[in-house]
Amino acid sequence: MSDINTVKGPDVRSDSAGLRKSKKDDDFRSPEEIAAEKKRGRVGQALVLPGFIFLLLFFAAPVVVMLAMSLYTKPPGADIGEFAPALQFSNYADAISQYWEPLLRSFGFAAIATILALLIGYPMAYLVAVRLRAHRLLSSILLVLLIAPFFSSFILRTQAWKQILADEGPVVSILRAIAILPPDGRLTASAVAVVAGLTYNFLPFMTLPIYASLERMDTRLIEASGDLYASPFTTFRKVTLPLSMPGVFAGTLLTFIPASGDYVNAAILGNNRDTTMIGQVIDSRFFRIVDYPTASALSAILMVAILILVMLYIRRFGTKDLF
Amino acid sequence: MKSNIGRWIIPILGGLAFVYLLVPIAYIFAFSFNDAGRTNLTWRGFTLENWQNPCGAPQICEALGNSLQVGIVATIVATILGTCIALGLVRYKFKFRNTADLLIILPLATPEVVLGASLLAQFLNLGWDLGFVTVVIAHIVFCMSFVVVTVRARVSGLDPRLEEAAGDLYASPLKTFWKVTFPLLLPGIVAAALLSFAMSFDDFIITNFNSGNFDTFPKFIYVAAARGIPAQANVIGSAMFIVALLIVVIGEVTRYRREKALTSK
Repeated sequence: MSDINTVKGPDVRSDSAGLRKSKKDDDFRSPEEIAAEKKRGRVGQALVLPGFIFLLLFFAAPVVVMLAMSLYTKPPGADIGEFAPALQFSNYADAISQYWEPLLRSFGFAAIATILALLIGYPMAYLVAVRLRAHRLLSSILLVLLIAPFFSSFILRTQAWKQILADEGPVVSILRAIAILPPDGRLTASAVAVVAGLTYNFLPFMTLPIYASLERMDTRLIEASGDLYASPFTTFRKVTLPLSMPGVFAGTLLTFIPASGDYVNAAILGNNRDTTMIGQVIDSRFFRIVDYPTASALSAILMVAILILVMLYIRRFGTKDLF
Repeated sequence: MKSNIGRWIIPILGGLAFVYLLVPIAYIFAFSFNDAGRTNLTWRGFTLENWQNPCGAPQICEALGNSLQVGIVATIVATILGTCIALGLVRYKFKFRNTADLLIILPLATPEVVLGASLLAQFLNLGWDLGFVTVVIAHIVFCMSFVVVTVRARVSGLDPRLEEAAGDLYASPLKTFWKVTFPLLLPGIVAAALLSFAMSFDDFIITNFNSGNFDTFPKFIYVAAARGIPAQANVIGSAMFIVALLIVVIGEVTRYRREKALTSK
């Protein structure tokens, strides 16, 4: 996933120059060189070890604990929140039969939001990275605005969205005036509002990787394509788009993964009946119903489903330098 | 005529997208000046009162203080651990490198709700009380992966010959690190730390799972959203935004100047 680094901004470039150094010809090494290499290996291990142990304790182990907990059972007569270790695989069947709807909805909403973010984000990234490349100051300002949402509070923005989409708000009045919405039509507490919120909140995750890959592109390629009588559309399809694919790829993953697990948008902008997303279910199973096994099983299902989707996606569209 | 439409389609679409992106932020800023009373839902007139007294809403500044503390501690730990990992992974070959690599990437590919729920399962299992410590630990997990990815890109872009040259001039490895490697990596490390602080400060989902009764700023807003967010929240949101924007602008200006100085030589 080396391309996630492109999120960080324009001055980040990845190449593997750092690695090439140690690839000396293996046949011509003196014992001293081999010993030095070993010593370097130990330094490397020492550098990685503290963080590695931290992640073992607080990422790997928790996932294992969660998987174990997803099989726990509630002994007869147990108090709320009291469970016994067991191998109750039926928890999974129960979780799926009860919550397949929010689960599918989460992936559906996330997929639509990802596609919309791509359609909205690509022109933005293209505008800043290619069209305005010669105007350094303007493109710098727009780049700052592009990352601006990262610096404002996610939940405050979502709440602001809710008020902008409210019945008496500007968006609804305009849509009613141009008859896209019926006179009594509304946007709040609807699937449309949730998807709009998801698209909005994860848009920067889509735009920045695309920006980073377009920014690296040599614009003379576009000129060359034009000189060879390609139409602007053909140039885009055959030159620009392929060159920006690593960014599109990283952007879609960075949008889809968090969007499918998000429940803030669904909770603030939805109506809790036909907009419930899986994150809300997991949250309420943990905290309101205090049913840890089902909550854990749902988390495990979400995690595995996403890993499978991501792997299929990588196999189908992935470029070699990712992952 | 046709080519005219072609010329303008990108600026128009891009411009509309910027409006979409920025309108809610402008809304937050505008409503921080609303003479709102208890609920900040409709415009009731301009006032500076919220800005003069940002702690006016009960518990808001306590939550803000908690968020700042968590953000600072989590950022320091995540930046140190993450930078070490990035250096170790790029510069050295060792046995479990691929495993380490995978373990660092996976948190980025895991939805927040799963990270939060699994950590909660772990803390319940360990019998730890939820609060400041568990929130900090949770934040370090996701911040560290971002730090590694950011700093690693910087390390990869570094010419190893600079360090070799320092060695040839009889600098000890430690001295080489402090005089050559570290200064060159510093911009990347600072960027990673800022990003990490911003993510920690803004995180809701993972925090919600692991905080118990410990309130952070996003949690405060989420709970308040049910009955109406006080205008002071907009003040704090706007102030944070302005501070962050200033930091980014200063960074960009410095970079611009440095680039200009380099090209003019």
